Amino acid sequence: MSGQAASTEYGLLAEFQTPEHLYQACEKVRDAGFSHWDAHSPFPIHGLDKAMGLKKSPVSLFVLVLGLSGATIGMLMQWWVATKAYPLVISGKPLFSWPAFIPIAFECGILGGAVGALLGFLSQARLPRPHHALFNASRLERVTDDAFFISIETADPNFDRESTAQLLKDLGATHVEAVAA
Amino acid sequence: MQAVADIDPVEGRPALIAGDPDFHSITETVAAPMEWTPPRGWYIALGVSLLMLSMLGVSIGWLFWEGVGIWGNNQPVAWGWPIVNFVFWVGIGHAGTLISAVLFLFRQKWRTSINRTAEAMTIFAVMCALIFPGIHIGRPWLPYWMMPVPNSMDMWPQFRSPLMWDVFAVSIYGTVSLLFWYLGLIPDLATMRDRAKTKVRRIAYGVFSMGWRGSQRQWHHYEKAYLLLAGLATPLVLSVHSVVSFDFATSQLPGWHTTIFPPYFVAGAIFSGIAMVVTLMVICRVLFKLESIVNLLHFDRMAKLLLVTGSIVGYAYSIEFFIAWYSGNPYEGFTFLNRAFGPYAWAYWIMVSCNVITPQIFWFKKARTNMTILFIASIFINIGMWFERFVIVVTSLHRDFLPSSWGYFRPTFWDIATFVGSFGLFFTMFCLFVRFLPMVAMAEVKGVLPEAHGRPPEPETDMPAIDVSATETAQVAGTARVP
Repeated sequence: MSGQAASTEYGLLAEFQTPEHLYQACEKVRDAGFSHWDAHSPFPIHGLDKAMGLKKSPVSLFVLVLGLSGATIGMLMQWWVATKAYPLVISGKPLFSWPAFIPIAFECGILGGAVGALLGFLSQARLPRPHHALFNASRLERVTDDAFFISIETADPNFDRESTAQLLKDLGATHVEAVAA
Repeated sequence: MQAVADIDPVEGRPALIAGDPDFHSITETVAAPMEWTPPRGWYIALGVSLLMLSMLGVSIGWLFWEGVGIWGNNQPVAWGWPIVNFVFWVGIGHAGTLISAVLFLFRQKWRTSINRTAEAMTIFAVMCALIFPGIHIGRPWLPYWMMPVPNSMDMWPQFRSPLMWDVFAVSIYGTVSLLFWYLGLIPDLATMRDRAKTKVRRIAYGVFSMGWRGSQRQWHHYEKAYLLLAGLATPLVLSVHSVVSFDFATSQLPGWHTTIFPPYFVAGAIFSGIAMVVTLMVICRVLFKLESIVNLLHFDRMAKLLLVTGSIVGYAYSIEFFIAWYSGNPYEGFTFLNRAFGPYAWAYWIMVSCNVITPQIFWFKKARTNMTILFIASIFINIGMWFERFVIVVTSLHRDFLPSSWGYFRPTFWDIATFVGSFGLFFTMFCLFVRFLPMVAMAEVKGVLPEAHGRPPEPETDMPAIDVSATETAQVAGTARVP
């Protein structure tokens, strides 16, 4: 928090002029071997995840697992209701007349997948998170408007107060500041 | 208004946003309606909407007190206006997901200017739609019989019935649309949080933006989730109106019992929904000064979608007649002749003129880019699509197999009051939406600006080379973004 001693720093925040500058700087920071760092932009920049060397997002796994679970639960529920809870013969059809149960099983699968996409995103993006050290930098408020940033944490093994700040300046940062933890 | 002529210097295609905007000007343009005193037109619209909404409240109150006898529903037309209105509203709800999900998968970048409004419209339309089956059941204290739980007689719902499929399809459609809408809103809510001048606003937008900080490690998962939700919503939107059409198509009634119903209903739903988007956007872009973001290019493309879906609907009308004759079924043949030339011929021909003839004007570019023509045509299409559902429901029921049971359906005052009242709910929600939430997806619009590219584009050999000299780029960026 801002009231604490200045010795506890979260890291450095560097501002860049354009998405192109940010993109090229990200490639260099990635190649310099940093691991605890991030880029910030008002919109997703095409290809920036590769420029940062991010791994494939596991959100699709959440969607697959919850989607299939949703469809399975939907079908099992109808099977149980139609054959166990309230068996009722309609037009001489078998109790488990599964073709008629497909629409609801399908819709339940979609629901599961959609919930999976949201939960996958929230859990992977570590949201909701009301406070974060980076919010101490008031400059970062403009990231949701028109500004582009790179942040490098002190926790990174390659972090060095002087040389990292110099690296960011060399990469074209127009402003570099230390962020309180 | 020069929008259609501007060229995007990176892609060599018409620029999506008019007037050489930069990222900041997009934020200012979109955030303005939420931060300034709303225009007088907004207060008038909200007042009228609230009056209509109270009419809905009174109508439903009287219905619960007196029973469904206050409506025109009776034998032989037991499914009157409530089901017509239900299908009408669900149909309108389909354009939102089409624009957000289907056009996203097809990489149609122009969707970014209108997708937020269309998604909001979807959610409000589904809310209106869900009212009607709920109040139509006659015993309003028993809607839980539609839920997968046993009732007090230990009976369970019948999952072989398309009416149960409908309960699941429409409620899941509403839920998934809401999730999709909310996911898209998160970055823009963070923008509003960071711009907030008052504490209440900062906390309210802060809570709903959940601590978003535009981090690439967040965008990375966000984009994946958005893509997958679009992929899930696309089969969902096709299935929902198919299931609505099964309510009719799985019955034995001539005029309903046809295999063309699912695709025909889906095309009609998208047709009516885009017409409603056009109606709303023609007003909103002027009222909230969004002319540069929602410009002639977007209307031009929506009008083309209206032309395509309207023609599919026209094709379905003619195929229905052909099959009625070709099947050799006398009941089927009678039903369709009765539709076009019987006591409800007036409704049938209103439907055909509004839905088939009106959109043909969009073959002409002048009509696709003229706000007056677009507005009038979209109103005609809204009317025509309501009449389509009226024709399907009422003309098929009013003369069935036995002439002794024929009848003529007339709506009562309360039918009309409930329907007009449902517009009150829709417009009240919409007025509140444009006041408190960003009605354009700011983050997405910024992402389709020419200067949003991270990498300099590779020159492509099959495209005419476009000279992106430093001066031109600087001009596009507006301010001195390029050193």
